[in-house]
Amino acid sequence: MLRDITIGQYYPAKSVIHRLDPRVKLFATLIFIVSMFLFKTFVGYIVAGIALITVIKMSKVPFKFIVKGLKTIWMLLCFTLIFNVILTDGTILFEWKFIKISIEGIRNAIFMGFRLFFLIIGSSLMTLTTTPNQLTDGMETGLRGLKKIKIPVHEMAMMMSIALRFIPILMEETDKIMKAQSARGADFEEGKLMERIRALVPIFVPLFISAFRRANDLAMAMEARCYRGDNNRTRMNPLKYKKEDGLAYLSLVLYVAILIVADRTLGPIAESPITKLSTSLSAMVHIFNCL
Amino acid sequence: MLYLDNVNYIYQMGTAMEMHALNNVSLEIPDGQFIGIIGHTGSGKSTLIQHFNGLVKPTSGTIYYNGRDIWDEDFSKKELRTKVGLVFQYPEYQLFETTVVKDVEFGPKNMKLDKLECQLRTFGALKTVGIGEELYDASPFELSGGQKRRVAIAGVLAMQPDVLVLDEPTAGLDPRGRDEILEAIFRIKQERNITVILVSHSMEDVARFVDRLIVMDHGSVRFDGTPKEVFAHYKELEEIGLAAPEVTYLTAELIEKGLPLPNVATTVEEAKEMIMRFYKH
Ligand SMILES: Nc1ncnc2c1ncn2[C@@H]1O[C@H](COP(=O)(O)OP(=O)(O)OP(=O)(O)O)[C@@H](O)[C@H]1O
Ligand SMILES: [Mg+2]
Repeated sequence: MLRDITIGQYYPAKSVIHRLDPRVKLFATLIFIVSMFLFKTFVGYIVAGIALITVIKMSKVPFKFIVKGLKTIWMLLCFTLIFNVILTDGTILFEWKFIKISIEGIRNAIFMGFRLFFLIIGSSLMTLTTTPNQLTDGMETGLRGLKKIKIPVHEMAMMMSIALRFIPILMEETDKIMKAQSARGADFEEGKLMERIRALVPIFVPLFISAFRRANDLAMAMEARCYRGDNNRTRMNPLKYKKEDGLAYLSLVLYVAILIVADRTLGPIAESPITKLSTSLSAMVHIFNCL
Repeated sequence: MLYLDNVNYIYQMGTAMEMHALNNVSLEIPDGQFIGIIGHTGSGKSTLIQHFNGLVKPTSGTIYYNGRDIWDEDFSKKELRTKVGLVFQYPEYQLFETTVVKDVEFGPKNMKLDKLECQLRTFGALKTVGIGEELYDASPFELSGGQKRRVAIAGVLAMQPDVLVLDEPTAGLDPRGRDEILEAIFRIKQERNITVILVSHSMEDVARFVDRLIVMDHGSVRFDGTPKEVFAHYKELEEIGLAAPEVTYLTAELIEKGLPLPNVATTVEEAKEMIMRFYKH
């Protein structure tokens, strides 16, 4: 049920990718996302796809597990595809009432779909291989410079790590409360809309109370250990770059370079049969329409 | 009657966090028994009892209630849950209403009983657990921990289930509160002749009240018998992180030292009687 959502979940395994410095992974993810918008031809997709597959293989996270997380966003993906197909102007292949399907539309939809797919897989790969703690650590250390301009980087990172830590706890809590109320005959699946909304009260009241209680306890525990933010605080395991991290940065640069070069040089050549096909198709459609 | 046939349960199947919580559990629970379930932390007690009223679906295996498979399409799980009442671990965290009475009424109301019946059951249940009338209109959140626990238990009692399952109802209570709750449970059991299943970490408590003891170990049933039979295995119990009541060790040591007692005792009363008998002769 709630546990099927794997976006943002950590997958424990022993791999190079898991060992990498979180700053590298954060930066690489950012670059990967940007790189999605750097190419125009399908050669770019192939390069990005190969890069992604290599990283997935290295991370030892089963592909099945990554894709499971996509279930929740299938809808978004489908909507994007449909809208792209319908709303793009161009050579029309098929027309029915207000629906117009064009060659460019199909092309756009396929490209857009892949782009989204890559984006989501790329970013979930980061969270799958990095614990929330490492992630916030990486963010805090990576953005340390911003402290100079009075941005409370430490506090923000702390808030984020607490929020991330609480998500599974609250999910478990919701599960438990739902079960406990079902045991008293509560019904969450049947009834009219209003009844269903009312059925949520017995879940949300205890959930909020327990969230406040937990927050209170946590604050107390932090105070008891003399937490006072960032002042004079040192780390037990400060982040340090290793050799692998340097190699990772190098591969990242190489990836971007290959991507751009391949897209600019091989792209037009590889795509020329498709362009030809689409021009001849459009010519045919044109002739067909004239008849 | 409840019957579990080769039940297996796996948490988070197909992930790295997969956890085989129940392992081929087969149990027969006839009507009217008082059953204790013990086992170390994480041995699957809570998972097991959630199978009794269909809150979790077994990964494999079947559960029958009065001869019918509870996971049959046309078997009403809602009705089952009113017949098999389940009080969760720390049930006070599921209170949500504005007054004590309203919270206890939640169960009976879900059963679509008429108003008078709801009230009768509610007041009856509150009386059984020892909540005085002065607290009826209090907010459940103003009560002490022990009082909250009683109100939560009353919430399940008010449905008047035929099988009452309680998951560590006395965890975190003082000795007096513990005794009061256990005695209330025992009283209901006697009055209405229902089946009671009690999960507990206290060997003394189970030895005192139950007729049958089930010992869970790593998701399997390790022992199943009367407290006397089970606690006779006190050495094996220790191996799986449990213990017998203190008095069992005492009598065992007495026997070892040469006192000819017939067997080890499980309750203080029993030990007293045995020793008295010995000295009378
Ligand atoms: N929601 C869950 N998701 C994953 N694993 C779980 C979940 N609930 C329980 N488990 C695991 O299943 C096993 C059995 O848990 P269970 O709660 O049944 O134990 P228990 O005997 O009730 O323990 P305790 O005495 O601490 O209450 C444990 O190893 C636990 O880690
Ligand atoms: Mg438990």
